[in-house]
Amino acid sequence: MTQPILQTEGLSKSFTLHLQGGVRIPVLADVDLTLLPGECVALSGPSGAGKSTLMRSLYGNYRAGSGRILVRHDGAMVDIASADPRTIIAVRDRTLGYVSQFLRVVPRVPALDVVAEVLVGRGVAVARARDAAHDLLLRLNIPPRLHAVPPATFSGGEQQRVNLARGFIGAHPVLLLDEPTASLDGANSAVVIEMIRQAKARGVAIVGIFHDAEVRDQVADRLFPVMPLQDAA
Amino acid sequence: MNDESLLSARGLSLHFGAIPALVDVDVDLWPGEVLAIVGESGSGKTTLLNVLSGRMAADAGVVWYRDPAGRLVDVHAMPAPALRTLHRSDWGFVHQNPRDNLRMAVSAGGNVGERLMAQGARHYANIRAEAMRWLEEVEIDADRIDDLPRTFSGGMLQRLQIARTLVTHPRLVFMDEPTGGLDVSVQARLLDLIRSLVARFSIAVVLVTHDIAVARLLAQRIVVMQRGRVVETGLTDQVLDDPQHPYTQLLVSSVLQA
Amino acid sequence: MSARMQGYNFAYLDEQTKRMIRRALLKAVAIPGHQVPFGSREMPLPYGWGTGGIQVTASVLGANDVLKVIDQGADDTTNAVSIRRFFARTAGVATTTHTDAATVIQTRHRIPEKQLREDQIIVYQVPQPEPLFRLEPSRAETRRMHGLSDYGLMHVKLYEDIARFGQVSISYDYPVMVNHRYLMSPSPIPSFDNPKMHMMPALQLFGAGREKRIYAIPPYTDVRSLDFDDHPFRATRAPHACGLCGATDSYLDEVVTDDRGGRLFVCSDTDHCTERRETGCVGAEGVPEAAE
Repeated sequence: MTQPILQTEGLSKSFTLHLQGGVRIPVLADVDLTLLPGECVALSGPSGAGKSTLMRSLYGNYRAGSGRILVRHDGAMVDIASADPRTIIAVRDRTLGYVSQFLRVVPRVPALDVVAEVLVGRGVAVARARDAAHDLLLRLNIPPRLHAVPPATFSGGEQQRVNLARGFIGAHPVLLLDEPTASLDGANSAVVIEMIRQAKARGVAIVGIFHDAEVRDQVADRLFPVMPLQDAA
Repeated sequence: MNDESLLSARGLSLHFGAIPALVDVDVDLWPGEVLAIVGESGSGKTTLLNVLSGRMAADAGVVWYRDPAGRLVDVHAMPAPALRTLHRSDWGFVHQNPRDNLRMAVSAGGNVGERLMAQGARHYANIRAEAMRWLEEVEIDADRIDDLPRTFSGGMLQRLQIARTLVTHPRLVFMDEPTGGLDVSVQARLLDLIRSLVARFSIAVVLVTHDIAVARLLAQRIVVMQRGRVVETGLTDQVLDDPQHPYTQLLVSSVLQA
Repeated sequence: MSARMQGYNFAYLDEQTKRMIRRALLKAVAIPGHQVPFGSREMPLPYGWGTGGIQVTASVLGANDVLKVIDQGADDTTNAVSIRRFFARTAGVATTTHTDAATVIQTRHRIPEKQLREDQIIVYQVPQPEPLFRLEPSRAETRRMHGLSDYGLMHVKLYEDIARFGQVSISYDYPVMVNHRYLMSPSPIPSFDNPKMHMMPALQLFGAGREKRIYAIPPYTDVRSLDFDDHPFRATRAPHACGLCGATDSYLDEVVTDDRGGRLFVCSDTDHCTERRETGCVGAEGVPEAAE
């Protein structure tokens, strides 16, 4: 039997807004999600239900309130909810990839290097990393004339594709995709769908939020419902 | 992953009269890691930087540094000559105002070469070649090597200071608001430069900044200080995107979104 | 020689002061190149005229010593003559202009051409004992630099010279490392004289009256002029022969002889020049000794 590569146990998350008189907003309660290699799970639920919160908690971008988030990293299960920052950085580096909705990068860095630095950070030679980034950007229809340009001035769709290239180049065993095709046209969506399928075929496990039902149906193996909680008094 | 920290502070406390500048502060830094210390003016972040680097004594607490030979040394118990040697070889300090560090009456090449000469370099052509390489590394034209710093712009001065600091390949650099006081466009270039140099030479950095965007771009981990205390610490993006402490929430929500 | 003046202690200074200076000298000899503070006294001549040198000379002078005083190499300038006469009158010691005959030589800005011997002492007059003072304004900081042997800054100065002029442009007061430990000002002697300090058999004492510092180089001590491996120190002199004695290896002074651009290069060390001429050496502008 295949072992899960990502698993949450009783994951809960709430926000305490100290600036609003300490009001506490619970968002996730007792989430038990299991993800196998090669599987794509789509988080489903109305907007505001906490899909992005769950995704960010899985990545360690939000701090889990209680419960565990186990990720198989270097052959052992690591609990993202309780791991120290350096462990989370190591998990993100080699195991857990994340494509956020918006690209956030250092000004002045060319698109090519934004993508290549994922590999350079792992010790890959700069020339090789740039070659890989070049190929991936081309595949995502970012023409070579844009490779040397910092993406800050790109359109939303172009930024999204640079972001996807950055997410896919690392070939992480687990990928978290937050609305990967939200601002893409049909042709580019098709490229992304194909990339997701190929990743799955390689055994990559994917958790996604797909706004577009058509895209979702083409890549997701199953849905994982995320429902809004009653606000605690 | 290397589990041995490069710099570790435990229980640092310091009072200026009745004012608590540091209250029971613990800090750890690992090799090649950028740690940001954020907080508003007067929160004690610059004091912490000065105590960590041995430039200022604390009332209580200890700062350990692991030297290149792997030995732990108590920074505040080090003899002055050893600390000074550390500061000009294995450590570096980048000041907010480059004029505090540079010799304004000495050429750019002399400024960069000084740390080499202080370490005993005695071959003029080699020193000059190394200075030239580092000027290029920080994107200063090599033919400015004999110019005096006073002919440089603010951004160039800061880059010159960085070249002067990194020429001895330090493992640990303390930075005090390195992008403060610079134009936004100049700041972006400098941030990018610092980021790539630090990554390429795997330099550990303790970075003091009041600018959360700078911390987000450069640092893997962050320490939030308020009135001399560490109120929150952790992964930079986690602390900034999901702040737990009231003060951190205030700090994050006060930033203008560009 | 001349009779001692009455009413003054031997060599002008009182015994307590001389003892204090000798203690400073002993310390200075023990730590070659290190500046030792001392209680400099008011002397009957202005600062800059050799008050430091005079106090050191007064402290080491004995009744049987033979004193020579030179100023820029010359025995016959006002300053040299005055100081020589001062000690002749206050100590009653013998004086000489011959380097050979002297046991104590007080000097301003030169070292005699003739190699000094173990039984001789040379006393330098020093205006500014701190070699780093033009580079680092803080005295506390220069003391720290000496303490830690942190002399990168001095090399920065040499670096700047080479970068700007293609060579080190310091022609006098060229800094030296003494005994591999202390950076030292050799006093404003020409850099031509620097190599003479290295392994000199005579004891070298330095006195700075206004700055209240004494330092020393014991006999046979390593003294190196600072340099770079690829720009080694070179002693330079004017590329001429002495007009009077024809010497090509001595340090030369340039003397303007008329208002039509006429000039003459002559030995700065007058005793050296005289001695050579007495043995028959004649330069291009010189007159044979016998014809005088």
